[in-house]
Amino acid sequence: MFKFAGLALLCPLLSFLVISFFTRKSDRLSAFVSIAAILGSLASSVMLFALVLSQPGNHELTTVWMKFPVNINIEFGFLLNPLSAVMLLVVTSVSFLVQVYSMGYMKGDPAFRKYYAFLSLFSFSMIGLVLANNFLEMYIFWEMVGLSSYLLIGHWYHKPEAAVAAKKAFVVTRFGDFGFLVAILILSAKTGTFNFLQLEGMLGGGILTSGMITLVALLMFAGAAGKSAQFPLHVWLPDAMEGPTPVSALIHAATMVAAGIYLVARAYFLFSMSETAMLVIAVIGCFTAFFAGSIALAQDDIKKILAYSTVSQLGYMMLALGVGGYTAGFFHLITHASFKALLFLTAGSLIHSLGTNNIWEMGGLFRKMRITAVTFLIGGLALAGVFPTSGYFSKDAILIQVFTSGHYILFAMSLATVGFTAFYMSRAFFVVFLSTEKFGKKHPHESPAVMWVPLVILSIFALGLGAWTNGFNALIFFGGPAHETEHDLFVPIVSSCVAFLSALLAWAIYQKRFAFLTALAPRFSAITTVLRNKYYIDEFYAFCVNRVLYVISNASAWVDRNVVDGAVNGTAYLVGASANVLRKIQTGRVQNYALGIFGGVVTLWLLFSMVK
Amino acid sequence: MIPVKEALILASLLFAIGIYGALTRKNMVGIFMSIELIFNSACLSFVIFTRYLDPAKLSGEIFVLFIISIAAAEIAIGLALLLSIYRTYKDVSGDAISLMKG
Repeated sequence: MFKFAGLALLCPLLSFLVISFFTRKSDRLSAFVSIAAILGSLASSVMLFALVLSQPGNHELTTVWMKFPVNINIEFGFLLNPLSAVMLLVVTSVSFLVQVYSMGYMKGDPAFRKYYAFLSLFSFSMIGLVLANNFLEMYIFWEMVGLSSYLLIGHWYHKPEAAVAAKKAFVVTRFGDFGFLVAILILSAKTGTFNFLQLEGMLGGGILTSGMITLVALLMFAGAAGKSAQFPLHVWLPDAMEGPTPVSALIHAATMVAAGIYLVARAYFLFSMSETAMLVIAVIGCFTAFFAGSIALAQDDIKKILAYSTVSQLGYMMLALGVGGYTAGFFHLITHASFKALLFLTAGSLIHSLGTNNIWEMGGLFRKMRITAVTFLIGGLALAGVFPTSGYFSKDAILIQVFTSGHYILFAMSLATVGFTAFYMSRAFFVVFLSTEKFGKKHPHESPAVMWVPLVILSIFALGLGAWTNGFNALIFFGGPAHETEHDLFVPIVSSCVAFLSALLAWAIYQKRFAFLTALAPRFSAITTVLRNKYYIDEFYAFCVNRVLYVISNASAWVDRNVVDGAVNGTAYLVGASANVLRKIQTGRVQNYALGIFGGVVTLWLLFSMVK
Repeated sequence: MIPVKEALILASLLFAIGIYGALTRKNMVGIFMSIELIFNSACLSFVIFTRYLDPAKLSGEIFVLFIISIAAAEIAIGLALLLSIYRTYKDVSGDAISLMKG
């Protein structure tokens, strides 16, 4: 079993090294090496998954990596259980499809080999993160994932926006990572171990006070919020869309941003012990879902719509984990990985074909790009949670969980988010594929097979994953298996109605353009402006940095220049000035010195005679 | 025999004149001569004390012989330096050479 884990981890690393050092000359060979490696990882994770299915439970392989005299051993190892096996499968399969897709999307890019090298590096880091058996190992891979994300967002680093976005992603997630690191250090200082299973046992034995657990859980959640783009650290994700679209699909929709959810799920034994932390997670998740969903209503860039939608869906997952819906939240992670990767890749197909991100410059593409249109529709339906698709099962599981937990305000907000989701997806679909043709002299065409085949595979998953609901519920749970909820049809029916009505509204506004609705538009212009500007969060942060941080920086710069430097320069000046005075003694005249000697002797003689 | 007290006063006077000259003369040759006076006052004191304390031993006189020979050597070096200074500066005044002024 661990053979497969090691193989899955090492294949992409090997491919990264081979591409970096040996296949620099050939684009095709580099892509081939990378895809072969990720295929190896995928195959071993399938084997691993099959083995874990036959023997569920925790399997751990660990070695001491560094030994310290103070009884803290840093371990390196694998922890295999249904959670990590499923996550591994998601990561490797999406990575594989995205790498195949990238052959078409990135064709002719001058930095093609670098791109594949970094994709391999990313896969390696992400797989390491998933398989880690202790917090420190997870943290190391966590940071490596952040690094590869930085490198891939900044793939077109000659564009200033891409360079800035890469930096922003790195810096903003660092804020959260700091909390994560502090949480790990507190935990290890108190318990003397980083290991998940040992910690779970120790915490169960009540080694920490409940206040300490809440503190650690909240700090750790800060790390998860940074990676998973939860409010108020969500600002980096929409900007990260400056990277190539397949990267957005892989890193910023399916895998890396899910790492925060994965962390919360992995450390659920810790979070579930603190009601405060759980409530914070639920509230922040719900608020993020609502807030980002509303921003997505007014965006014009197709990737920005999807990015805010991702933030919103990640909020759903956090919400589910926060109200105790461990299974539901993690199931949504998996279904979301399939349909959001699908949506991003279809968006990539559109951008590849038209060369623009703006939905208003597309339009009427249904006839020209049938496969893209159909797969986009499937992804959109799944995202909106329409009945037979996978999104329906996972999203309604979350909604039911929220409803039964009794947080009715959170339930109302998540229901509103369902409406938002359906609205912005329908808006995007109608504007891009159905409205009148606007692409002018461009000739849109269906993307090559290397691009549409991954789309079709992903859309099969987006459609069919719902069939696995019961198997999943029996496999992944916290405490005991998620008991069969009484199939109360109230929640699914309400949410479907909300989704349907919003879609209808979008159809009326953007497809039919009913006059009475378009006439209403100016009345809402204030709201639209706020939404279009993303609630001015970026401006607020810029204000904080410019006004507050710079004032503090200027003050400390003044102190440095005048007080610190003043002390140093003052010392030098004092020495110089006293030397200037004292140099007068050195006249250079022999007789003065002789007088000094004589005077000195006389003085000494007088002194001695007085003492006697 | 001359009393010790008066003889020592003479030696002190000689020393004071020597010091005064060494500190005030401008000409370096004068300074040298004043230094010779200081030497001589020391020699005189040696002789006086020997005569007064233990006339049979002559130890003071032997010291005086050493002082005279060393003073001769010192003057030889000093005059050589003085000559070379005179060649460089065309001057033998003590104030002329104040290169070490701070």
